[in-house]
Amino acid sequence: MTSPCGCGPKPGASSCGGSGETSPGPELLGRLAEPWTDGVHVTVLGDVPRARTTLAVGDRLGTLKIRCGFGRANYRVPPWLYAVGSPTDRSPVLLSANYKASFDALRGVLGGRDAWILVLDTKGINVWCAAGKGTFGTAEIIRRVEASGLARLVAHRRLIAPQLGAPGVAAHEVQMATGFRITWGPVRAADLPAFLDARLKATLEMRRVRFGLRDRLILVPVELVTGARQALPAAAVVLLLGGLGAHGYSLAALSNTGVAGAALVLASFATAQVLGPILLPWLPGRAFAVKGAVLGLGLAGALAASGLLGSGLHAAAWFALAPAITSFFVMNFTGATTYTSLSGVLREMRFAVPAQIAGGAVGLLLWLAGLFLPGGSVR
Amino acid sequence: MRYLEDVVTLQLDRSRCNGCGQCVSVCPHAVFRLENKRSVLADRGACMECGACARNCEPGAISVRAGVGCAAGVLAGLVAGTEPTCGCSQESTASCG
Repeated sequence: MTSPCGCGPKPGASSCGGSGETSPGPELLGRLAEPWTDGVHVTVLGDVPRARTTLAVGDRLGTLKIRCGFGRANYRVPPWLYAVGSPTDRSPVLLSANYKASFDALRGVLGGRDAWILVLDTKGINVWCAAGKGTFGTAEIIRRVEASGLARLVAHRRLIAPQLGAPGVAAHEVQMATGFRITWGPVRAADLPAFLDARLKATLEMRRVRFGLRDRLILVPVELVTGARQALPAAAVVLLLGGLGAHGYSLAALSNTGVAGAALVLASFATAQVLGPILLPWLPGRAFAVKGAVLGLGLAGALAASGLLGSGLHAAAWFALAPAITSFFVMNFTGATTYTSLSGVLREMRFAVPAQIAGGAVGLLLWLAGLFLPGGSVR
Repeated sequence: MRYLEDVVTLQLDRSRCNGCGQCVSVCPHAVFRLENKRSVLADRGACMECGACARNCEPGAISVRAGVGCAAGVLAGLVAGTEPTCGCSQESTASCG
C-alpha cells in the first residue's frame, strides 16, 4: 500500500473522548449523541454509553467509504468504556480500538449479550496496525483500566483482548500493573461468540489469520485509490512526452502516441492493483515483485497478441515498461497482506528495486527512441 | 500462502522457555507448538515478524526484529531517511475487537 502513515497526532495529544488527566474519579463518557449508541447503562460509577449491536445503514456506508480509501484517517469513536446490553460485575470486558470499523466489527457480533467494551485510543487505527505502532499497547491499556475505574465495575480480573493486538501488548506487564489478566480472543470478531460460548477457548482455526479471496478483494478499491497518486502522474508524463517527435512537438502525436502510452501505463497499473491481489496465490514466485513482473509480461504479451501494442521499438518498450510498473505496484501490496515479513520484503527489494528501475529506464529509452526514429512506432 | 523462506530474524532459546504457551496463543501463523512443556519452532518460515511472541514472552526466550513487511513503508522510510514506516493498511477483515 502506498500511503505513508496517517496516524495523526502523537500519543499524549488529547483524544476526542478523554477528559482532563487530572480528574480524580473515573472518567466515563456519559450519554453520546451518536446513532450507534442506545442511551446509557447506569453503573455505580456513573453513566456508560450503551453501544448498539445492530449495524445501521450509516455504519455500513461508513465502512464502505473507508474501504474505498476515503476518510480512513478520521473514522473514529471516542475511546473509553461502553456497555453492551446490561452488563454486570460478572460480564466479560472486551478491548477494542477506536477505529470505528474495528469497533463496529466487535459490537456487531455481540447481539443478545451483556459485556463491557473498553475502547483504547489507537488514534483511529485498526487493532493490528495500532499494535504494530504500540498505540494498541501495554501502557494504553494500563492507563485506560485505571482511569475508567474498571476494577470497581467488575468483580473478576480478566480482559479479553483481540489476538492481533498482541504485538503491542505484553500481557504479563498489564497483569503486573493492573491485576487484570489478559485472555487472547480470536483473530476475527466473527469468531467471538463461539469463543465466549466455549468459556474463552479458541480453536486453532480462530488463532490463524487468513488472506482469502474475499479478504484480498476488499483491498482492491483502496489499492486503486492510493496507487493512483503515483500512477496518474506517471501516465500524465507519458502523455505529454508522446507529443515529441523528429519534427518537433505536435498535438497530433500527443493525441495518438501520447494517449496510447498513457493508457498503457494505466492498464499496467490497473492490472497490478486488481489482478495482483486476486491472482496472488497463483502467480509464480514467492517474491511479490516477481509475481508482479509476471503479470506485466502477461499483459504485454496479451496486448501484443491482439495487435494493440503496435510494433517496432514501442512494442519492445512495453515489454520492459509494463513488467516494471506491475512489479513495483504488486511489490507495494506486501504491506496490505497478512503474511509478509519485514526481512522478506527487504530481501526482495534488494534485487527488485534495481530491476524495476532498470526495466523502467530501458523501456522509457526505447519508447522515446521510437518517437524520433522512423518506423519506431506503428501506432 | 507462504512468503520467502529462511529470511526471518525469529530466534527461540528453548532453555529459557517456561512453557507458558503465550507464544502459541498470540502467533497468527502457528509458528510455535508446545512439545514436552516447552515451545518449539514448528514452522519458522511462516513467521511474519509481527513481534507478538517476543513481546509476550516473560522469560525472554524469543527474539525477533519486529516490523511490518511493507515495501511502500520501506521506500517511504528511505525517502524520509527514517526507519520503515507502515502505511496503516492491513485492514482486511483482520480487525477483531
